[in-house]
Order: sequence, then structure tokens, then C-alpha cells
Amino acid sequence: MDWGQILNNTAYWIFSPETIAYALAATGLAVHFGYAGLLNFGMAGFMALGAYGYAISILSFGLPWWVGIIVGCLASVIFAIILGIPTLRLRADYLAIVTIAAAEIVRLALTTQLFDEWTNSADGLGGYHAGFRAANPFPEGTYGFGPWTWTADQLWVRVFGIILLAIAVYLVWALMRSPWGRVLKGIREDEDAVRSLGKNVFAYKMQALIIGGIFGALGGVVFALPSAVVPATYTTSLTFFIWTILLLGGAATVFGPVVGSLIFWLIMGFLGNVLPALANSGLLPLSSAQAGTLRFILVGVALMLIVIFRPQGIFGNKRELTFVK
Amino acid sequence: MSVEGNGFEAETVTDAAGKWRLYVPEKEDYTISVDEETLPDGVIVDPAKLPAGIEAVSGSTGSFTAGFSATGTKIVNLFLGEGERITTSFWDQFTERFVNGLNFGLLLALAAVGVSLIFGTTGLTNFAHAEMLTFGAIIALVFGVNFGIPMWVVLPLVVVAGAALGWTLDAGLWKPLRRRGIGLVQLMIVSIGLSLALRYVFQFFLGGSTYQLPGAGAPRDIRLGPIAVSWIDLVSMGTSIVLLLAVAYWLLRTRVGKATRAISDNPGLAAASGINVDRVIRVVWVLAASLAAVAGVLWAYFRPGVKWDMGVQVLLLIFAAVTLGGLGTAFGALIGAIIVGLLVELSTLFGIPPDMKYVGALAVLIIILLVRPQGLLGRKERLG
Repeated sequence: MDWGQILNNTAYWIFSPETIAYALAATGLAVHFGYAGLLNFGMAGFMALGAYGYAISILSFGLPWWVGIIVGCLASVIFAIILGIPTLRLRADYLAIVTIAAAEIVRLALTTQLFDEWTNSADGLGGYHAGFRAANPFPEGTYGFGPWTWTADQLWVRVFGIILLAIAVYLVWALMRSPWGRVLKGIREDEDAVRSLGKNVFAYKMQALIIGGIFGALGGVVFALPSAVVPATYTTSLTFFIWTILLLGGAATVFGPVVGSLIFWLIMGFLGNVLPALANSGLLPLSSAQAGTLRFILVGVALMLIVIFRPQGIFGNKRELTFVK
Repeated sequence: MSVEGNGFEAETVTDAAGKWRLYVPEKEDYTISVDEETLPDGVIVDPAKLPAGIEAVSGSTGSFTAGFSATGTKIVNLFLGEGERITTSFWDQFTERFVNGLNFGLLLALAAVGVSLIFGTTGLTNFAHAEMLTFGAIIALVFGVNFGIPMWVVLPLVVVAGAALGWTLDAGLWKPLRRRGIGLVQLMIVSIGLSLALRYVFQFFLGGSTYQLPGAGAPRDIRLGPIAVSWIDLVSMGTSIVLLLAVAYWLLRTRVGKATRAISDNPGLAAASGINVDRVIRVVWVLAASLAAVAGVLWAYFRPGVKWDMGVQVLLLIFAAVTLGGLGTAFGALIGAIIVGLLVELSTLFGIPPDMKYVGALAVLIIILLVRPQGLLGRKERLG
């Protein structure tokens, strides 16, 4: 077993586009669930709309890359409004079932042959990188050291992703200390009390759903920036991984989603290297495919343990518990 | 053009040069069909010029079986020629799809009734129900294929194994969590974690491939008037109907069944009038898990095939059925499930592409919440 190689491969995940994308989506989910108390189980749908909105507007309509990002965000705003109108007045678990169903509808619509002309069905889309790479401010060359050695394009993806993430985190921090954020937290704790103060609860919830949805779409864009978009990525499992990240870091915290994403991907990256190595060297009686699956079993178990024993997350405040009965 | 097989369907249209492209998810046998209605009169696919490894499906001139083996791609050249068509009328297709949909709806109902009973008594939306289905199918696979026990013995074994799973889950997980006073949203997320963990445990042991139960894919050689069914379809529908009638009798006529309905109505009042709520919930978990296990076996025959994520594929349809009928009402779940089953199967007849056929049921889920959030049989109350 080559521990240097394993640690090297693990450290890669600290600045990987996946980590940044999941952190962005988890930040959006923090607005939904952590601050507004909305049970959104359709984050994969928001991410898919962001990624496909970006890719399709570049490939099919020849728009510049930054317009593509705006189109992706607009798509998720429309999605949030369509979801919100029927469900935001209903009990929390209805929103959960509707959002998970809507995200599946999005995935099936992106997989079907019906829209093959735009979505390329199950094969997904690629080759939309030219515009984004042309906007790269870094000259050609190799940057960084050790596990963080990148080409100019790879560096640009990471820098751009981190800028988006920083803006999102700043916005969440600023919004949640504003009067708007206090009303939102009030809705989470006791909707009727806020309503009795004359606030339009429905409008606040809808605004929160839209803002979180935009962060989700940006997460989808960052996920799509370095490689390709494939509809099979956006399954319900993706949503549940983002929930695990959010609850790991702390649902009602500003930096919780970012730290949660780092921990999640470092552990996944570490296990993804260690378990197959252990299996190959005969220390674990597993095939390497089984060693890969073992990680996901642990994600499920971890999700259960966090929710039962530390529902406020690593950085959460017990007084600001988001699981209101 | 369409490709069908292994619970997968897709459609496409040939371009001006007569070329077409479809994807298949697994390396198995698929049926390729040419829509003969779109060809000129008197023209069919020439049976004498079929490529090697392709066989015409008996009783049809436009459908062919093709095996995808070593690679995921296969080039199939079909030549057109003159000939007499064998066609099925719209009405025959409709009745065939209707029976299929009924079969599918009944097996969904087995699972949906369990989800609904659990929701009614505990308030939990159980995402791990999908894995209870897969569990039943895997038990049937282990006993029916690995040990070679005949299926009529395996089915009771599946019921017992399902009951054991339900008992274990309630005794080991849900009851302690209820004791801790953990909120419903937290319980729901725990069930999601459980669902993920169990699903990947199944993948850990089964890998990514699909396994067939004994007798799966039996020919549809029993004719009842215009309807052709296989004996598997008949046994499947019979099993569902018998079990659903038994559940109905249990709910309406037995003491525990009445207690279950009382708890769904008003848990506090039920406990105050001397019903042992924890014991009834235990019975509900055992019942729901064994029904789900049987539903899993029937689903494995319907798809056909046992696969690690087969339960998740229908989880949302089950939720749609439960919501359509009214959350927490067992009979509503039954009606909702049959509507969803028929909707999924019949929608392809009316221009919905086969790979979009689940979308209709999911859209119904959203629309029903818009116009009648309490569901078909639910009582109107404020759900805010």
C-alpha cells in the first residue's frame, strides 16, 4: 500500500470542482431547510436545470458562457415558482414528496429520446467549454504543487467556482442577519406567530425557495464546467448526498455546508483510495467494486447517526435546532 | 422504432436516410419493433434478409429480438420488402395494456397500503419502503434460485422474512427513536439514511447485474377472450387480490385492525381508551414489511429481474398512489395504486414516449396536491 499516493489522492478533493459544486448546492439547501424550514428533496433537479441550462444555451443557441449561467439560474427560478405555488401552503412533508417527484420528472425529461435534439438523451452533453476557457485570465502553464497541480483551465474552473461559493456564502451571511432573515427564521420556528405579525409567509417562503434554488443551479454549473453533463448524475441519491453534507456541517450555519462538503469529499476520497487498496492487498475480503460500494453504505449510516445523535451538525447551535416538530 | 426489454423501453424516429439510434442500459436481450403504420402499404421488414443473431418475434412481422452481448452497441440492419403484415388492433393493445396496468397497480397497492398504514399510525413517510421491496425479491432469489426451492414454498418464506425484517426494524430502530421523542422530519431523514444504507448493502452483495427469478418471462399463451396473459401474470394478480382482501378483512373486522384505524384517526384518544399503541405499531410494521416483500417478488416478475435498485424505481409511484388516495387511508392507497398502474401502462398508447411513462404518474402527484391535497378518500382538513 502506497500511503503517500493515497494521501495525495485524498488531498486532491480539497479543491476539486465536485467539492465546490456540492458546497454551493448545500448552501442553497441551507437557505431552504436550515433557515426557512422547507424540506426540499429536489436539489438534484435544481442542479440539473443549472447544468443543462448552461450547456444547452451554449450548444443549441450559441449564447456566450456567462449568459448560459444566467439561463441556468432562470430555469431554476421558474422551477422553484412552479414547485412552490402548489406546495408552500401545505404541510412540510408534502413539499418533500413533491420536490423529489419534480426532480425525477426533470431527470426523466432530460433522459428521454423526445428532446434528443437538445439534450442528447442518456449520453448527455459535452464540448461546451470553448467560451469559458477563452475567458480564462490565467496564461497557459502549470500552476500549484503536489496534489494541487493544475493546468490553466483547471485552475480557472476552481477559482471561478470558489468566487461563486464565496459570493453565495457572503449573501447567506448578510441575508440571515438582515430583517428578512429574521422573519425567515421566525417562519421556521412558528409560522402562525409570524403570520399574526402581518407578514406574508407564502411570499417569504417563495423568496427563500428561489434564492436557494439559484445557489443549487450555480452548483450544477460548477459541476458541469470541467467535464460534461450526464442525466444519470442527477438522481435522488445526489440530493441525499447533499442533505448528508448539509446536516454534517450544520443546517442553520453559514460555513456548515462548505465544511460539510470538505469533510464529505475528503472521507469519500480517502475511503475511495484506501478500501480498494486494502482489498487488493488482501487485508479486506472484498472485490474492489465492493470496496467502492462500502463507502455509500457508510454515507447512509452516517446520515442516520447524524440526524439521531447530533441533529444540529458539527457547527450548529443546539438552540437553533431546525427540526421543528 | 422502439426497443423494449428488461423493464426498459425507448422510442425514436428514423431520419431521412432511414438511420436510427437508440441506447440500451444493460447487455441483455431486447425486442426491437418497427412501427409498421408509418411504412407504405404492403411493405414490411424483409424476413429473409434479417442480420445474424436477430429473430422475428412469433406472431408479428415488425418485432425482432436482438441480444446485446460483449459490447453495449449493436448495429442492426433491417431491409424493407413486400409482404403481408400481422398487426394488433388498437383495441387489442388497449386490453393488453389494461391488464398489464391492473397487474402493476395491484402490486403497487400491496406496497402502498403498507406505506399508508405506517404513515397513518406513526406519521412517518417511510423512504426505506423501497428497500423492503428489494429485500423480498432478493429473499426469493436466494431461496428460489440458489437453493432451488419451488416458488410456491418460497412465497410464504418471503412473507416470513419480510415480517422478520419489519419486526427487526421497529424493535431495533423505530421504537427506540419514538421513545427518544425524535421529530417526524428527523425520522423521515433517518428513513432516507436507512434506505441509502440498505440499497448499497444490496449492491454490495448483488453487484450491478440483473438476476431472473424462476419462470420469469413466461410466454403469454393463456388466452381469455382478446387478452393474452402468462400464468405468471395470473398468479401475480391472484396473489395481490387475495392479500389485499385479507388486509381489508383485517382492518374492518379484527380487533387489532380496528385499533389500527383508531390510532390513524386520533392516536391520543386511542391510547387513552386502552389501546396499546406500541404493540399495534409493531403489528403494522410487520404487516407492511411482509406485504412489501411480496410486492417486491411480484415487481421482480413484472420488470422482469432482481436488481439492487429495483425498489427505488417504483418508490415515487408508490408515494404517488398513497398521496392520490389520501395520506394515511389504506383503501385510498389501493385505489390510488390501481389508478397509477393503469396510467403508467396506458399512457404509452396515447402518444407518451415509453421512456416518459412514469412522468404522468409523478405529474398526477403534483396536480392532486394542487386541486385536492387530502387525496381522493382523505378527509378535508387544514394541511397548513
